[in-house]
Amino acid sequence: MIRDITLGQYYQADSPIHKMDPRVKLIGTICYIISLFLFRSLSAYAVATVFLFAVIHISKVPFRFITKGMKSIVILMTITVAFNLFLTPGDILVQFWRLKITRQGVEASGYMILRLTYLIIGSSLMTLTTTPNNLTDGMEKLLKPLSVVKVPVHEVAMMMSIALRFIPILLEETDKIMKAQMARGADFESGNLIQKARNLVPLLVPLFISAFRRANDLAMAMEARCYRGGEGRTKMKPLMYHRRDYCAYGTLFLYLAAIIAAGKWGPF
Amino acid sequence: MGIILNHVSYVYSEETSDEIRALNDVNIKINDGEFIGLIGHTGSGKSTLVQHLNGLLRATSGEIYYNGTDIYEKDYNMKEHRSKVGLVFQYPEHQLFEVDVFTDVCFGPKNLGLTKNEAELRAFDALKQVGLSEEYFYQSPFDLSGGQKRRVAIAGVLAMKPEVLILDEPTAGLDPKGRDEILGLIRKLRDENNISILLVSHSMEDVANYVDRIIVMSKGSVLMDDIPREVFGRYRELEAVGLAAPQVTYIMHALKEKGFAVNPLATTIEEAKDEILKGFVR
Repeated sequence: MIRDITLGQYYQADSPIHKMDPRVKLIGTICYIISLFLFRSLSAYAVATVFLFAVIHISKVPFRFITKGMKSIVILMTITVAFNLFLTPGDILVQFWRLKITRQGVEASGYMILRLTYLIIGSSLMTLTTTPNNLTDGMEKLLKPLSVVKVPVHEVAMMMSIALRFIPILLEETDKIMKAQMARGADFESGNLIQKARNLVPLLVPLFISAFRRANDLAMAMEARCYRGGEGRTKMKPLMYHRRDYCAYGTLFLYLAAIIAAGKWGPF
Repeated sequence: MGIILNHVSYVYSEETSDEIRALNDVNIKINDGEFIGLIGHTGSGKSTLVQHLNGLLRATSGEIYYNGTDIYEKDYNMKEHRSKVGLVFQYPEHQLFEVDVFTDVCFGPKNLGLTKNEAELRAFDALKQVGLSEEYFYQSPFDLSGGQKRRVAIAGVLAMKPEVLILDEPTAGLDPKGRDEILGLIRKLRDENNISILLVSHSMEDVANYVDRIIVMSKGSVLMDDIPREVFGRYRELEAVGLAAPQVTYIMHALKEKGFAVNPLATTIEEAKDEILKGFVR
C-alpha cells in the first residue's frame, strides 16, 4: 500500500535528457514553468505543448510514469478550479443561488488546469530523468555564488541528498512496523480522527527511534571518513558542460523566443 | 486442524514491468502441535509466505484454510485470526514503543478487546514464559539488552495466546549464547503450551536440533517438505539453492566415504557421536 508513493522517483533509461548536465535541466525546468505563467493565449500553450511532448519523447520515459504523479494533485486542482470558476467576475453564463459561473471564470479555470498539469509534468520529468544525487549536485553548483553571503550551500545540498536517500528506506520501515503492529492486533483504519491519530503512536514511536538510530550511524560513518563540511572539498566527478548541454541551452533559448513570439503576436 | 495452503501464489506489482512472482503454487499443511522449520535463501519467499498465514498479505490466487475455514471469506474475523496465528517479525525489538515493558506486552491483548485485568494477567504470564525476571517489568523497553528486548517482543505476541506461533528469523543478530537461549525458549514454549511453531531461518544448524519437519523454499516454490533426516540427506540439492546441511552431515558423509561403517543420516551432534562410537565398538 505504502510502496505506491512515487516521490522524486528516478526512471532509468539511456537518453540524451538523462545524460544532460543537471544544471541545464534545473534551469530549463524553471524557465519552462515561468514561461507557462507569462501568457494567456492558446498559441503560447500550443508551443509549450509541442516542446513538452518533444522532450518527453526524447527522454524515453513512458507516458504512464509521468501521469502517475498527477493523482497527488487532483484535490489541489479541484479547489483551484472551483475558486476560479465561481469567484471570477464577468459575463454570467449560469447562475444558481449565489453561485455564478462566468465566461471569464471558465476561461481562467481552463488555463489553471493546463498550467498546473504542465507544471507537474515538467517538474516530474526532471526528477524522472535525474538521479537525486545529480540533482543536488547541480543545485549546489548553481547556488554556489550564494556562499559568498554566508549561505551554507554545501550543507543544505548534503542534507537534501541525505533526506532523499532516506525516503525509500523509511517508507519500507513504515511498512514493516505497520505490519508488525497489525500482527499484534493494531488497527490503523477504523475510528474517528482522534482515535486514528492515537492509533498511530505504535507506528510513529518505533519509526522515529529507527530514524534517529540511522541518523546516528550515518553521522558516525561520515565522521569516521573525516567529513567536515564543504570547505576545500573536491568532487570525484565534477560537473562539466559538454556540447549537448550547450545545444540544450540553445534549444531552450529558441523555445523561449518562440513562446514569447506566439504569446505576443499569436493568432489566438 | 491446522493451516492448509492450497495452490497459493503471490505476485508483487502485478501487470507492471517490475512484476515479481514471490510465491508460486505453494501447497503446505501445518498440523496442530507441529514444530516446523521453514528454510530458504534470502529472497526465496519465506517472509512473504508467513505474512500470508496471518492475513497480512492476500494471495493473488489460491486459498488458505485455518481450522477448516477459508480466511478470505467475506465476514471472516481477521483480527481474531491474527491473534490465533501469532507472527513475530524479524528484529521484533524494533517494534517496542510503550513507556515500560509491561504496558508494551499488554498492547496485543488490549487490542483483542479484553478487560484491563485479563490483559495484564496474560502479559504477566507471557513475560514469565519468556523468562524475564520481574525487576525488568517496569523499566523502559529501550534500556534492556538486545536479547531481553527480543524476549519482550516475543512475549508481546504470546500474550495474545496464539495457537500457531510463527517466528521470522528469531536469532538474527544475536550472539551464540543469545541464539541458544532463544531457541531453547521456543522449544520450551512448544512443550509447555502445545502450540504449533513455524520457525523461519536460513541456517540449518539453527533448526536441525529442534524441529520435527523442514520445509525448504527456493524461488517462491516448495522444494522439499520432509523430516530433517531426509532433507539433510539431499544436501547436494540444498547446496544448489544456496543452502547448506549442518556440519555434522558433512562429517558423517566424509567418514562414510573413507570407509567407516557409520550411518550418514545422523542430524544432531548427539546422534553423530553415538553413530561414531558404535562404528568403533563394532
